[in-house]
Amino acid sequence: MTATVSFANEVVTKALLRQISLATGEKIALITLDNGFDHTKPSSFGPGGLASLAAAIDEAAASDADAIAVTGKPFVFVVGADLTGIPSITEWDAGYAIGKMGHDAFRRLGEVDKPTFAFVNGAAMGGGVEVAAHCRYRTLSLGAAPIALPECFLGLVPGWGGTFLLPNLIGAENALKLIVENPANQNRMINGGVAAKLGLADVVFAPANFLEDSLAWAGKVLRGEIKVERPEPDRGEAWDAAVAKTRKMVAAKFHGAAPSFVRALDLVAAAKTATRDEGFAAEDKALADLIMSKELRAGLYSFNLAQRRAKRPVGAPDKSLAKPVTKVGIVGAGLMASQLALLFIRRLQVPVVMTDIDQPRVDKGVGYVHSEIDGLLAKKRINNDKANQLKALVSGSLTKKAFADADFVIEAVFEDMKVKQQVLAEVEAEVPPGAVLATNTSSLSVSEMASGLQHPERVIGFHFFNPVAVMPLLEVIKAERTDDASLATGFTVGKALGKSCVLSADRPAFIVNRLLVRFMSEIWRSIDEGTPAEVADSAFDPLGLPMSPLMLLGLVGPAIALHTSETLYEAFPDRFYVSPNLKRLVEAGKPAVYTFASGKPQIDPEVAALFQQGNTVLTADETRQRALEGMAQEIRLMLDEGVVAEVMDIDLSMIMGAGWPFHIGGITPYLDNTGVSEKVTGARFLPRGVASVPA
Amino acid sequence: MSTTAPPRTARTLRDVVFVDGVRTPFGKAGKKGIFAETRADDLVIKVVRDLLRRNPQLPPERIDECAIAATTQTGDQGLTIGRTVALLSGLPNTVPGFALDRMCAGAMTAVTTTGSGIGAGMYDVVIAGGVEHMGHHPMGAGVDPNPRFVSEKVVDTSALNMGMTAENLHDRYPEITKERTDAYGAASQRKYAEALASGRISPWLVPIATRGSEQGWGLAVADEPPRPGTTMDDLAALKTPFRAHGRVTAGNAAGLNDGATGCILAAEEVATELGLPVRMRLVGFGFAGVEPEVMGYGPVPSTEKALERTGLSIDDIGLFELNEAFAVQVLAFLDHFGIKDDDPRVNPYGGAIAIGHPLASSGVRLMIQLAQEFEEHPEVRYGLTAMCIGIGMGGTVIWENPHWNGEQTK
Repeated sequence: MTATVSFANEVVTKALLRQISLATGEKIALITLDNGFDHTKPSSFGPGGLASLAAAIDEAAASDADAIAVTGKPFVFVVGADLTGIPSITEWDAGYAIGKMGHDAFRRLGEVDKPTFAFVNGAAMGGGVEVAAHCRYRTLSLGAAPIALPECFLGLVPGWGGTFLLPNLIGAENALKLIVENPANQNRMINGGVAAKLGLADVVFAPANFLEDSLAWAGKVLRGEIKVERPEPDRGEAWDAAVAKTRKMVAAKFHGAAPSFVRALDLVAAAKTATRDEGFAAEDKALADLIMSKELRAGLYSFNLAQRRAKRPVGAPDKSLAKPVTKVGIVGAGLMASQLALLFIRRLQVPVVMTDIDQPRVDKGVGYVHSEIDGLLAKKRINNDKANQLKALVSGSLTKKAFADADFVIEAVFEDMKVKQQVLAEVEAEVPPGAVLATNTSSLSVSEMASGLQHPERVIGFHFFNPVAVMPLLEVIKAERTDDASLATGFTVGKALGKSCVLSADRPAFIVNRLLVRFMSEIWRSIDEGTPAEVADSAFDPLGLPMSPLMLLGLVGPAIALHTSETLYEAFPDRFYVSPNLKRLVEAGKPAVYTFASGKPQIDPEVAALFQQGNTVLTADETRQRALEGMAQEIRLMLDEGVVAEVMDIDLSMIMGAGWPFHIGGITPYLDNTGVSEKVTGARFLPRGVASVPA
Repeated sequence: MSTTAPPRTARTLRDVVFVDGVRTPFGKAGKKGIFAETRADDLVIKVVRDLLRRNPQLPPERIDECAIAATTQTGDQGLTIGRTVALLSGLPNTVPGFALDRMCAGAMTAVTTTGSGIGAGMYDVVIAGGVEHMGHHPMGAGVDPNPRFVSEKVVDTSALNMGMTAENLHDRYPEITKERTDAYGAASQRKYAEALASGRISPWLVPIATRGSEQGWGLAVADEPPRPGTTMDDLAALKTPFRAHGRVTAGNAAGLNDGATGCILAAEEVATELGLPVRMRLVGFGFAGVEPEVMGYGPVPSTEKALERTGLSIDDIGLFELNEAFAVQVLAFLDHFGIKDDDPRVNPYGGAIAIGHPLASSGVRLMIQLAQEFEEHPEVRYGLTAMCIGIGMGGTVIWENPHWNGEQTK
């Protein structure tokens, strides 16, 4: 007995059926998938949409049409399943019904006794690609983008036929690229041209005449003037080899933490010999299992944070209060300052002036920006005119008088309170009255830094993450006396820089660094007390983090890690920890714990020789438990201190600033799911059902 | 010290030929029309792309101009539509373009203007066409007529309403009765239906995917306005919206329509060089003004002018493609030149009363049909396309049949 499912508030994508007569006489029943909104709200399939599609296919099948075709509204084919109803599903049977409904609707396209065509005119994701895969023929617009199967990234599998049909259509290797490899790599998406090369289309057409050309092509197929020939997928060794290779990649990346990828691999492996019914039945079961999984619930929670909350920062003042920024000043011309200069000129396209204490430093900073722009030019990311424009925007100066007409000045000098206070005072003496002053500090108190100024209300904190051009998070810090106009300006500038802004109170190390340093404190404690570094470093493998703790240390740099831990130790000596072994590492000038001398990361024997450890040896599980408990404690305290408005901002920050994965929901859904939150703080961070299956 | 400029090359006129022309199906303007949710510029873009596809031997970079007419040049017909259409059609950005307006004779003027440039050696190959989406741009929308028109009695107020000018023409020529115009309208429908049935219309139509947010995508492959089987009784029952107990009805006039047309023109020597077909050869043209109150009379003086300038007489013309804005203006033309209402040389495939008249696009529609008629009538040497133009004008283009077999002079 199959349960039926309906989603409250589903925006139903209607399958609009229209009988088309070609000039050459063939009749085609054309189904347009359209949710009634423009392309900014793409069509997706919920239960209502699937029912509409099934009905349209049936009506088309019963008509006198020679063929059935499916296409989308302008710019959009379909972007997959409507996921809004998934979080409220509490029963395995209901999840199973979702898979079943999709198959029941889509498989008609592959089993009806008329030829079926997908005219993929625009964005096609997930179920959209699967609709196309069910059809007998596919045309693809060269303008169609993105094309992707993001299910595994979210915690699902393409289980409406994708894992069975795609490998049997385009071969296991190409199918796995779409189903597993791309989602595992920051959810990479492709465009129509690339998709066609993977075999997703029988023919591609330019966007301008896409539907006319597709219909005319269908007519030729129906008249037998075109015979569609596709390479037969290799069902031998190649299939197994592709599965094995991808399995290895997934294991190395997630250490079993993200079950969706493994499940998808199992399904693709089985699709080699499974019948259609078996393949689809296995997909139904996989979907039901995964819909009930904590990883999917965390994934959907993360997806909403990244899609919605990241775009509308909670606590940001009304953007109408923001002041226009037409020129930017940067104090410092070192590497960080130069990276900031590049980001500001590329995104804001306003003049940026860097200052430093001597001409060689200034020249080096400006030179860095110029060489980066030349690099973009060489890679044809920009043209010559744009390169000229951008280069002309950056300048250097030895005096802060260059800030006389700057609306926004950010300092990126050495992390020292006295130095920064002095710099801000010098800047304040030169800038116009309304200018906003920002500090790119990672751990110093912004309020203290502003305290000596005549107008402390215009100072904000602007904490970027390394590498500045890549990491999407920007912590915007409101100091004690920061006014709304300055804060609003900060958020507007941050958004214009392409960053996801999160508001942080002026508390030590703000959000991400405070949590990461606490996490590292616990790892170091374990090592220092006697746990082998390899064991401690593998403790978080089961979470599938982008890198292990000691690899992260190498990226950040031991000196900076030490400095931040010292700052936090000063603030919270009861919880934070300055590792003597980390100090030894820094004193020895080692850039990392690992060496890549052998080609593979290995603990540097010289580092191992430096370490002095105690006799308390923890297992990886014990180390992980200790670090998780430390983080849970820290998050509770951060919430109590009002570092962030809500716990969601912590998870959003960990996703955007530390790259912590969707399947653990940033961090707190994982802490809740493993019982750590309740054990340490007496309560969950998120109520049941928010990033987990409802009770 | 003096510099000597290189000797100026002597100017020679070149023959201008009509290489190919296509159009969209014509639709009824308004919310229920087939193109209600289709952009006007997309209509022309698909015409231009089809012209290129039909003539692959024409390297796109050889096109020297893309002249597109539209009466209302705002919204989806704005932004210098000739240039934007060139870019959006995928022509190289080295191909320039412009927009022009001469009301109903927009596309015709695009042809005569760029054709003149070809003749003078300034262009080798051009695209000329027109578009009017009267659903998106209702006639007269957004106009702000100068009050002096009225205060100084420059024109009668009826001059700006095309239907009223048609009634005025009836007043001037009382012998053109409503029976004659209705009969002419019914004949137009019949001739079109025959031409359609015999496959003379569809080959020149570019299929257009039509968006319908409520119905889904459709495909327009045929003209929407024709009313096959229209009888005199049907026509007698229609209202006369422009004047109580008047003579002009929806049945003896063209409707309000959406559509686009385009053609390739070339210097004959360039067409030969590139292997492009020669479907018509431009002989000459004329435009003329008349009292705006009787704008429908315009084609009479424009044709007289064109004949005079080309040294031809009306008897030399073997085929006529006359735009049927109103039956009364066609009949006024025929009466003037002593041609019978049902002369088989006139609009043999039917005219705008059946097909529709998306203002600025119609000029090239006439040429597409004349070119095909030329092919069927090698005994005819000359033909003309003519149309009346709002605010009191007429336009006439005389063409020579490259298939003429020299046996007869007509």
